[in-house]
Amino acid sequence: MNSSVLKLREVQLASILAVLVAVIGLRAPLFLTGRSVDSLLTDTAILVMMALAQMLVILTRGIDLSVAANLALCGMAVALIEQKMPGVPVGVLLVAATAIGALLGAINGALIGFLRLPPIVVTLGAMSVFRGSIFVLSGGAWVSSHQMPQAFIDFPLERLAGLTHLVWLAAAALVLAWFVTRHTRFGRELYAIGNHPVSAAYVGIPIRRRLFAVYVISGAVAGLCGDLWVARYAVAFTEIANGFELNAIAACVIGGISIAGGVGSVVGAALGALFLGVIGNALPLVNISPFWQSAITGAVIVVAVVFNAREGRRAGKQILPLHEASPASPQGAA
Amino acid sequence: MSAVAPVKHRIEDHGSGGPATWLRRWESLLLALLLLVILVGGATQKNFLDPYNLADSTFNFSEKALIALPIALLIIVREIDISVAGILAVSSVAMGWASQHGVNAAGLAVIGIAVGGLCGTLNAVLVTRFSIPSIVVTIGTMSLFRGLALVVLGDQAYTGYPEGLGDWGQGYFLGVVPRSFVILLACAALFAAGLHGSTWGRRLYAIGSNPMAARYSGIRVDRYRFALFVLTGLMSGLAAVLLTGRIGSTRPNIALGWELEAITMVILGGVSIAGGSGTIAGVMLAVLTLGMVTYGLGLANVPGILMTIVIGALLLVTITVPALLRAGAPAKRH
Repeated sequence: MNSSVLKLREVQLASILAVLVAVIGLRAPLFLTGRSVDSLLTDTAILVMMALAQMLVILTRGIDLSVAANLALCGMAVALIEQKMPGVPVGVLLVAATAIGALLGAINGALIGFLRLPPIVVTLGAMSVFRGSIFVLSGGAWVSSHQMPQAFIDFPLERLAGLTHLVWLAAAALVLAWFVTRHTRFGRELYAIGNHPVSAAYVGIPIRRRLFAVYVISGAVAGLCGDLWVARYAVAFTEIANGFELNAIAACVIGGISIAGGVGSVVGAALGALFLGVIGNALPLVNISPFWQSAITGAVIVVAVVFNAREGRRAGKQILPLHEASPASPQGAA
Repeated sequence: MSAVAPVKHRIEDHGSGGPATWLRRWESLLLALLLLVILVGGATQKNFLDPYNLADSTFNFSEKALIALPIALLIIVREIDISVAGILAVSSVAMGWASQHGVNAAGLAVIGIAVGGLCGTLNAVLVTRFSIPSIVVTIGTMSLFRGLALVVLGDQAYTGYPEGLGDWGQGYFLGVVPRSFVILLACAALFAAGLHGSTWGRRLYAIGSNPMAARYSGIRVDRYRFALFVLTGLMSGLAAVLLTGRIGSTRPNIALGWELEAITMVILGGVSIAGGSGTIAGVMLAVLTLGMVTYGLGLANVPGILMTIVIGALLLVTITVPALLRAGAPAKRH
């Protein structure tokens, strides 16, 4: 029992993360202070949410490359609404961003779910279209902090019971995603689709509708994060969150979510995101130039996938004894 | 979705030929599209058909297309490499470093291509030795390679390359035809001969159609995969040599986002993301079509970012229309 807990990927990843945090803490005690941990969690919250949504997509053997462009487009849309109609309440904007994101995700979902087109191609095309649309929408202009109402900018960093709204939202997303993937039929069906699509179809899982739903969810989360991103950094322009889709995918990969589908857990995705967050936040504290961040992230991903690949191979070992060598087998007698 | 799909693509020994089959080919459609773009461009833009302008417009896509060629082969064998732009950055940085140490133009070209080959070898080892999906490996190495360029350069740039390098990057043959375009045409001819005219090429289609069956029929699948990743690295290195020579400087963000543009060229060219089909002619037609569209919109003073919408939309339409036609046709439905 004890050793099987230790063999869990999530436990191993959490231990590595703990060691990493401890080592950084020894070099720079500042890192372990409450304020530093607070800012680490706040900085990582959006990545955690995006990684959880990406995980649902990857579980079905898919991938969503359009999330960062979707995020930026929704963020810009919200910023423009704020600029034109400063009175709109913060809650309405959050809902609007989520709805726009879901709508954009539905385009992906329709093409991938109902027309069965390859996800990587569809979302690659959607990414370009979304990113270009931001330029069309904004005319290439920036929306900066003085054009946004204070309440909108304040929302992500306002505190509730000591933690920022961003952290609470990420925590809520984590619990929700955990519940959906472990305890709902919908979530289990996503695993089934990723494990073996043909069998999933035979047992009556409506694959088309499930795939559609998954990309809508991915889009909705991206939309919500777009609102939070723009409010948090108090600026919206065409290039925000450029390449962020790869961070979300990287978090999943580090967290042990198999790109081949059907394998992975919510905790893994969240730990993967935290891992990237720790690397990003700790470098300045231990006097390593931030220019190292990308290289270290890449190295961590490569090491993590090599590690995962070896784990996977061990799990695929022969578990039933082979009979071909035994002389007493019926085939041998005949 | 059909329940049983053992073979994704038919591999015909020799098509039946005839004008009807020829007209239905993807390449014919692309050729028609290319002619249409040239006609519309020529009719609406005064200087569109100016031979000097046309020749110069090839500078914009030659290096990208050089990377698209090996990616086409990778996609045909069901692999992908999104670290190509990162490789290009590392090669360019290596050339910049060598240039500071007094290496001449020929030496720099060798160094650029060799470093590209080394990076490709790293991808190849990770993909074949550890059996990790190539998309995961190259997401990691993309970050790693780009990160290495950032670590070396920081916010600096390498400039002051020897003149000989510029001759290749931005020089002409016979005073009109850009050298990079001639190199592209030569490489395309080589790739086409290899893919369509050799056993080696037929084996790539076999691997892409069904890797398992290909292995059972005695093809050393992993050796081919390995070679293709190294080849992709070498070609990225070659692109780095030309691009560095053309712009005369190396910044860490050199060729940012090119991987997705190159993949778009390949998919527009009719190479199936599911593997096992596609031609070099198709890829080259897609390259020229995209190049002419960009060039025409440039003459019409349309901002470059709008091009991303056009390209993304083209990609989506390209894959959606055949799928809709298939869905409309009376077929076995699940």
